Amino acid sequence: MSIAAIFDHPLGRIEWSSLPFWQMFQQPTEGNIINGCITTGAAFMVVVGAIVLVLLLTKYRLWRPLWSNWLTSPDHKKIGIMYIVIALVMLARALIEAVLMRAQQAFGLGGGFLSPDHFAQLFSTHGTIMIFFMAMPFLTGVINYVMPMQIGARDVSFPVLNSISLGLTAAGAALVMVSLVIGEFSTGGWFGYPPYTEISFSPGVGPDYWIWALSLAGLGSTLTGINFAVTIYKERAPGMTLMRMPLFTWTALCTAIIMIFAMPPLTVAMAQLALDRYLGFHYFTNALGGNMMNFTNLFWLFGHPEVYILILPSFGIFSEVFSTFSGKALFGYRSLVMATMAIAILSFTVWLHHFFTMGQNANINAAFGIASMLIGIPTGVKVYDWMWTMFRGRIRFTVPMFYAIAFILLFVIGGITGILLANPTIDYQVHNTVFLVAHFHNVAVPGVLFGLLAGYHFWFPKVFGFRLDERWGKVSALCWIFGFMGAFFPLYVLGIMGLPRRSVAYTQPSYVPFEIVAFLGALLLGLALITLLVQLWVSIRRRDQNRVFVGDPWDGRSLEWATSAPPPEYNFAVIPVVEGRDAFTTAKENGRAYLQPDTYADIELPNNSAMGPVIAAIGFALAFGLVWHIWWLVVLAFLAVIASMIIRGFARDTARIVSAQQVRREHQHWIDAVATATAISRADECKSANVGLALQATDGVVP
Amino acid sequence: MSPQSIKHPGLNLGAAHGKDNDAAETVMFGFWVFLMSDAILFGMVFATYVTSLHGTAGGPGPRDLYDIKSVFIETLLLLASSFTFGMASLALKYKHSKTRLIGWMVVTLVLGVAFLAFELHDFGDMFAKGGVPSRSGFLSAFFDLVPLHGLHVTAGCIWLLSLLGQIARYGVDTKTKLGIMRLALFWHFLDIVWIAIFSVVYLAGLT
Repeated sequence: MSIAAIFDHPLGRIEWSSLPFWQMFQQPTEGNIINGCITTGAAFMVVVGAIVLVLLLTKYRLWRPLWSNWLTSPDHKKIGIMYIVIALVMLARALIEAVLMRAQQAFGLGGGFLSPDHFAQLFSTHGTIMIFFMAMPFLTGVINYVMPMQIGARDVSFPVLNSISLGLTAAGAALVMVSLVIGEFSTGGWFGYPPYTEISFSPGVGPDYWIWALSLAGLGSTLTGINFAVTIYKERAPGMTLMRMPLFTWTALCTAIIMIFAMPPLTVAMAQLALDRYLGFHYFTNALGGNMMNFTNLFWLFGHPEVYILILPSFGIFSEVFSTFSGKALFGYRSLVMATMAIAILSFTVWLHHFFTMGQNANINAAFGIASMLIGIPTGVKVYDWMWTMFRGRIRFTVPMFYAIAFILLFVIGGITGILLANPTIDYQVHNTVFLVAHFHNVAVPGVLFGLLAGYHFWFPKVFGFRLDERWGKVSALCWIFGFMGAFFPLYVLGIMGLPRRSVAYTQPSYVPFEIVAFLGALLLGLALITLLVQLWVSIRRRDQNRVFVGDPWDGRSLEWATSAPPPEYNFAVIPVVEGRDAFTTAKENGRAYLQPDTYADIELPNNSAMGPVIAAIGFALAFGLVWHIWWLVVLAFLAVIASMIIRGFARDTARIVSAQQVRREHQHWIDAVATATAISRADECKSANVGLALQATDGVVP
Repeated sequence: MSPQSIKHPGLNLGAAHGKDNDAAETVMFGFWVFLMSDAILFGMVFATYVTSLHGTAGGPGPRDLYDIKSVFIETLLLLASSFTFGMASLALKYKHSKTRLIGWMVVTLVLGVAFLAFELHDFGDMFAKGGVPSRSGFLSAFFDLVPLHGLHVTAGCIWLLSLLGQIARYGVDTKTKLGIMRLALFWHFLDIVWIAIFSVVYLAGLT
């Protein structure tokens, strides 16, 4: 590539045909028009959404607050909220894609309305987004917000690094969104096996978008994992020993450890595939000594532990929910901790079950099959522990409990089909059919998504200071639950009937009834998301009736409930001293929950830093340049990365002081609110009488 | 040294540094965790290399390409640089003069750059013999593993320069001290990785 060539093509390989409506105008066949309208509509939504956002920010003069209060903030709570906002936006897109796919298959007898390429892009983006840009940011956001408060810390260990991780994830998400407007996305599925994704079979920009989006997100997650693990090991309040940590923090620790060890294989796989595509290397090509099985192994060496990165935090959330809404300490805390750790370790020993049919000998398959089945044991322990936690508890059927109970019932079904698939002989029969699709959605939706939604409802009052609307929440929960059942149970049948996954069309009329049911289920899931947004809207409108400033709306058990809602930026005016498990419950029972200390001290907090948004912008520019071969942009962005890190090295004065007087004033304000608040019994939990002060148990009877 | 004053594995600043020694704990622990993650990265690339040994596709193999003399010199240079960085760390810990600290760091930098120069020369040599990465799966894997280490050393050199700049600007303050201590870990880590490369790639390749 000579210098002159760079100036001849300043926009790399971007051409008019990269726009989504181009083909439809050039070759206006019926199929092209339908597919063109759908892609153009999607691109239109992205562009209009961005423009409206920019206009609103300008109209209400929010650019400066956005920059100084949010984007550059090192506060773990704000970073957590921003992660979850990304997750919800991406959830909306990936869910629309899911409905579109189900619609295609419902009408797919002998054709349907989508082109095979368009359908392939849909399942590739759906999977990529749901894993990397919905579930990962969602759980990272929840951990970010909750975990430091549960261990009685003021922030994570490396707040600016936290902001950089967010920036990298945001850049990856932006890249996936931009692929709707310019060019196309990969058609190789979320795990993009070569040689199909090699340059000889996929010469377009699709796999490049996928590679760089995953690389950005993966790097962000590696740094997040390091940050979380160090925080949990080093920042715990006095007395918070490991075996006193709330179970959610335990699952956060295990997830962080898995992130540290499981993300590097993904980075390596993506880098090698990129070298194949950009520089003609031969890692995974058919010819010249390439070995595509190396990719398969590397990817699943990441991909299987990733499954547990996703599910463990949800297990943690459900543990908190069961315990809190049953008014009981968690049953079998020690066994739950051990089960979580066991799952984290076993997660590294089963990756091969993702490709039983790809040529290993039977003994290897048997070993990995047995290892896979072993995971059922610690998971079973957990299910029993949760049920025993509810046993003879004072159970309240709030929205998080709806999700939690549906989770137990549905997740066990998903787990059982997982045990079926862990048997290589059965896997040979149903692999690559929609039976598998049904199985992993059966663990991913009731497990991961329901857990995160339960966490969203559970901690929302803590984050924003008011409760979410219960009625709309229950409507939404039921839509998610029954929508899931409608959309995925028919796929088990279809899978056994032999429908291959990712089929754009089929010729068997007997598939149609099941496809119709699945489509209706998908529509119900779409409705679930809409009702979730309605709930948010309604709750914001009625926020003044549902305020819980005192901060403990659910009679919570761990330290995040021991502050006002929303909490001050330093979390705790005085770092709490922990004397046992369920630290806040113990404090409430002993009457030490709302005490005022004699003295306050100055609190040191990290200064705002532009590193997060700067790295996000540079990361996006670098990836976009690489996708489109805009080499000058790549070189500039690469130099900018190095420069920004060196400049950050020269930064001093990275901390600021919150004065003791200010801490005293804010704490006094909260203590006064506690003093004037009326404590409520659990019967009034969902009424506006609940201002966040819980009536305490007398003689072991929960009021 | 009493057990109390050891905050983290490896060389600690010690009580003489007071508050700086306390500040080191979380930062150094975090960097150890990062190195674990980086070690996995290298582990995966090693695995790729070992599984690609037979993928020469009729092209040149280890015996045709590797030059043990040059690699041996590189090894000595890198080992020597680890020693000189150790001397820099001791100068930091025992508060020797700033000149001595800077002196050892500059010597380390020179050795690191010399290592990189030899390595680049080796690669050029291999290219001249037809050993380009696009020739075969084996060569692709080679040019993943060895240059990845080289890139790490390059990053270390840039970091070292940046730290020298920080010393010039701020003196040996807390942040500079912690930077030097982390770079020291990084540097020794790369030394260990190189020993693995020397054994697995070069020695095993030529026997």
